Amino acid sequence: MKSKTADRIATGVFVAIAIIIVSILVGLFSYILVNGFKYISWDFLTTPSSNIRAGGGIRDQLFNSFYILLLTMIIAVPLGVGGGIYMAEYAKPGKLTDTIRSCIEVLASLPSIVIGMFGLLVFVNVTGWGYTILGGALALTVFNLPVIVRVSEDSIRTVPRDLKEASLALGITHWHTIKTVLLPSAFPSILTGIILAAGRVFGEAAALLFTAGLSTPRLDYANWNPFSEQSPLNIFRPAETLAVHIWSVNTQGLIPDVEAVSNGSAAVLVISVLLFNLLARWIGSIITKKITATK
Amino acid sequence: MQICIYPIMTYFRGVWCIMEKIIPAKERLTKSSKNRMDGELRGKILVILCAVIMISATISITIFLGTKGLQSFIKNGVSLIEFLTSTHWNPTNQASPEYGALPFIFGSFAVTFLAALIAAPLGIGAAIFMTEIAPSWGRKILQPVVELLVGIPSVVYGFIGLTVLVPFVRAHVGGLGFSLLSGMIVLSVMILPTITSIATDAMGTLPKNLREGSYALGATRWQTIRKVLIPAALPGLLTAVVLGMARAFGEALAVQMVIGNVRNLPSSILDASATLTTIITLNMGHTTYGSVENNTLWSMGLILLVMSFAFILLIRYLSSRRKL
Repeated sequence: MKSKTADRIATGVFVAIAIIIVSILVGLFSYILVNGFKYISWDFLTTPSSNIRAGGGIRDQLFNSFYILLLTMIIAVPLGVGGGIYMAEYAKPGKLTDTIRSCIEVLASLPSIVIGMFGLLVFVNVTGWGYTILGGALALTVFNLPVIVRVSEDSIRTVPRDLKEASLALGITHWHTIKTVLLPSAFPSILTGIILAAGRVFGEAAALLFTAGLSTPRLDYANWNPFSEQSPLNIFRPAETLAVHIWSVNTQGLIPDVEAVSNGSAAVLVISVLLFNLLARWIGSIITKKITATK
Repeated sequence: MQICIYPIMTYFRGVWCIMEKIIPAKERLTKSSKNRMDGELRGKILVILCAVIMISATISITIFLGTKGLQSFIKNGVSLIEFLTSTHWNPTNQASPEYGALPFIFGSFAVTFLAALIAAPLGIGAAIFMTEIAPSWGRKILQPVVELLVGIPSVVYGFIGLTVLVPFVRAHVGGLGFSLLSGMIVLSVMILPTITSIATDAMGTLPKNLREGSYALGATRWQTIRKVLIPAALPGLLTAVVLGMARAFGEALAVQMVIGNVRNLPSSILDASATLTTIITLNMGHTTYGSVENNTLWSMGLILLVMSFAFILLIRYLSSRRKL
């Protein structure tokens, strides 16, 4: 009888743990959204931020976040997918492959602040660029690369062997098979992985503090010349992203409406990450349905 | 599918096409084997290049941070023993600057272990809930919850900690609110999804006959979990906890916003404290590049790097014991 009671108590404890975790999530999300929604308005999203006065918005920070994300992805996706192809198709078991695998593992486990320091050393000081968008994007590439490599390798490995062998049997070369058979079949899961990684990049702040900086020059959105100082497209200007903005208004605290700005920004940030998440699921399921012809 | 993913596919093709020019059909047929082999070689070089870039990134991070981190000991003559064991951190004192980083090293370890102490039982419990108690609906609910928790950016955790947790601790527990306790709670929520998802994998890959054998002997579910499943999955569960701790050790901004950032050794869990990461984030911007104080910050960065290598070695050791 005693062991049955113990079993019941244990089951209760496990259920309680599950309830605790679900309620943590629900609590966090409802707090962020309820508190944030009242500050999100068209005005908030389209006015530039202010360093001292109240009533600043997050226009530039929002733009910077997306711009850095885009640049990071342009650099990291080809590199990461290439690395994934190498690991899945070309790497032979041996010392070299083990070394590369350890390198990926090390890169993946580095704290983002350490990557930020590396960025500060190399992309800010050694190159002499100062705080730039490009430096931030390169640091985030280092941060993001292992994720994309792992996702691409796994997706390419899960493509059925028959497909690859049929293609090779037709006399098609290895590289051509990769390009025309393996990559298209692995594409849905690679895409899902990339979108999820994008969500992580979007919320990253520690790696950007010392690489993209804590300030944004005055931007002129009518200026599309990427070499002009005031152009938002200039990749050699400092740029504060949304996540960094939340941190800096809270720690430096010069503006009187810190609460409002950071509540609003946090909500925008979480909603964006949520959208990335939903988008990844949605696209993943649509493409899988179309490819495998199941409902 | 073609229409839906076409633009993105063209992007990918575009990237490949830069490396491999498109050849008209006639030419392709007449000189096919040569061109194909060309593409073959080029493709191989391309992906090998990607792999080389990854290795060189890792090696250059180690070399750059290693040399920079050692400068304070070699060039500025800060004693390594003082750095690691002294509790006096006073680099701005003109007459006799002191560089004892022990309070921060201690803070990092303390907050990491405390966070793991909370998050490990919760995470492993959730994993058991998903795999043993309610494999069908429990998993359907908890899996997305865990994925969403991973997605919340660390500054948002820090911000909520600052606006909700710190005042709560101040009002109901005591102290200033900025404390080891707040840091530990924020971190434990942050590492919970990491521990849960890896622990779930570890429990999920256990062979089914373990469970069935135990049930066949008349064991209850709790006896099966406690005496059979947890011991069998132990290396995997420990890996989950170590990975969570690695994440906690390196987390910077969320902790920095709630821990108070003082330079003294905390005497209780309610005392404000500081960690390696928080001191780096706070002071890196204020100090002049190349000064002794700045160099000691890089030495702390080196400690973080070394610790993340140590965590990897620990995980390697654990997974080598996973022979089931």
